Amino acid sequence: MAIIVGYVPTPEGVAALESAIDEAQRRHQRLVVVNSSRGESLVDKRFASGTEWQSVEERLTASGVDHELTQLVESKDAADQILKLASELNAELIVIGLRRRTPVGKLLLGSQAQTILLEAECPVLAVKSS
Amino acid sequence: MDALTELLNGFVTAAHPTNLLYAFVGVLLGTAIGVLPGIGPAMAIALLLPLTYSLEPTQAFIMFAGIYYGGMYGGSTTSILLNTPGESASVVTAIEGNKMARKGRAAAALATAAIGSFIAGTIGTLCLALLAPAIVQLAVKMGAPDYFAVMVLAFVAVTTVLGSSKVRGVAALAIGLLIGLIGIDPTSGQQRLTLGLPELADGIDVVVVAVGLFAVGEALWIAAHLRRTPADIITVGAARMSREDWRRSWKPWLRGTAIGFPFGAIPAGGAEIPTFLSYVTEKKLSKHPEEFGHGAIEGVAGPEATNNASAAGGLVPLLTLGIPTTATAAVMLGAFQSYGIQPGPRLLETQPELVWGLVASLFIGNAILLALNLPLAPIWAKLLRIPRPYLYAGILFFASIGAYAANLSTFDLWLLLLLGALGFAMRRFGLPVVPAIIGIILGPVAEEQLRRALQISDGQLSGLYDTWFSKTVYFVILLVLVVPPVVNSVRKRRKPTDRELQPSERAGD
Repeated sequence: MAIIVGYVPTPEGVAALESAIDEAQRRHQRLVVVNSSRGESLVDKRFASGTEWQSVEERLTASGVDHELTQLVESKDAADQILKLASELNAELIVIGLRRRTPVGKLLLGSQAQTILLEAECPVLAVKSS
Repeated sequence: MDALTELLNGFVTAAHPTNLLYAFVGVLLGTAIGVLPGIGPAMAIALLLPLTYSLEPTQAFIMFAGIYYGGMYGGSTTSILLNTPGESASVVTAIEGNKMARKGRAAAALATAAIGSFIAGTIGTLCLALLAPAIVQLAVKMGAPDYFAVMVLAFVAVTTVLGSSKVRGVAALAIGLLIGLIGIDPTSGQQRLTLGLPELADGIDVVVVAVGLFAVGEALWIAAHLRRTPADIITVGAARMSREDWRRSWKPWLRGTAIGFPFGAIPAGGAEIPTFLSYVTEKKLSKHPEEFGHGAIEGVAGPEATNNASAAGGLVPLLTLGIPTTATAAVMLGAFQSYGIQPGPRLLETQPELVWGLVASLFIGNAILLALNLPLAPIWAKLLRIPRPYLYAGILFFASIGAYAANLSTFDLWLLLLLGALGFAMRRFGLPVVPAIIGIILGPVAEEQLRRALQISDGQLSGLYDTWFSKTVYFVILLVLVVPPVVNSVRKRRKPTDRELQPSERAGD
């Protein structure tokens, strides 16, 4: 059993991480932080850089939660990676950040959050940045 | 002062609103292409060539020249911000440029690269305008054996100087020469290497070859190595320099220009060697040698000026002798041929409007580039977020349209795929593409000169080297073959060469 959080280096991602830490402390569960890229473009701002990833690690260590960090470059979408990991680890909860999208933007580009919300087998906690 | 009058006439041509627009489109495209690693100006010109058949040659070449210069600018942006050179000419820039950016001096590095490129490009273009008529005076006296000797020099230089292995360079050149032989022999009218296919009788279209080797080959290569961990990019605002940066940059700019222009003008395989030379020179002359390796501004200013000056220098042999020194110049030569124009000493007489319009538009393009690059560097960096599948799907689409449009035959599309597979195989086995493309385009021209020289001398081999000019050139070839290995072995004894400094093949100049 574990809690999985999808992390991106944005305000939403940070909000998701904070909520996930709260939940992990409350439930006394292991927290798995996932950050992924499809590795298709040379620069992906949603892929945490070395220093950003280090600060996540520091934040987790400071909180005292049992944690694990995974950074992946695979052909799958972030949503599919999180869902796969959730079923592998038999996750108790998935935490994701939501950003504001226009209906048209969502229609054109799809939504990773929507895929997770609809397809996850466990409860999903969706967090917005304040 | 004749050249200056002609140049002023050229400005009249270049300042025509349509031509200005094409210059603008050219530099815009060129910069974008320069920023993206793996896509070079040679590929871009080859892709655009079929689309420009409906244009006047002058307009098409103004655009191509913009792409050529723009590519040299754009390469520095990725070198500095990402440590991934966009072009082979910017490999050296990455050494100091990226270190500067990591220390928070990205804006100064971008500014010194852009302003240095502008100054070097302007001085280089001025030298081109002043030198070209003088070289033409010399060139009209050159006979077939002299031309052949210079072309042999170009072949030797491009194979031995570029890349890590001479054997691979020679193999790539041989592939190019072989493909160049396909078609009807111009002297005897016999079919060669056509395999009995009537479609091959006219030879393979330059567009199909260049697009196949560069665009399709690169696309297949990227498709085979698609996933890779995204790199850290350094965010930066508009490029600007402090007074101190100016003081430290102006001398390297001028020295870079002085190194780059002559190296561009001789067939020495493009900008890799002069940029490296400029870097070494700046390191020696710097008052802050301790800063080298930790982000010295001189190490960005010098090489960036050098690569633009060498781009200007590369146009000298192309416009006066019809001999390309880089892949981009080779594709431009192919473009001239497909317009039915043979670059050479007579080009200045027969097409003065084209040549001087082109030179004048280089000045204008340079100024546009400076205006575009100082404030817009952060926007160019955004191009790197384009997912490669979309980018290369678009390139393949343009490649196929271009190959089909060249002769409106499906045969060319199959040929394109075949050449794309060849381009992929060459990348896979580490064969440089540049010698191949120069072999394909320059090979038939060299053969014509060789045959003519032998006809004149009645089949005597001595006819190839009995002029003082050809003798000098063959002596230079000997030097090119002998000196670098000797220098290398001496340098190796002193210290192992830095692997980073090996010019990358694949960026394809």
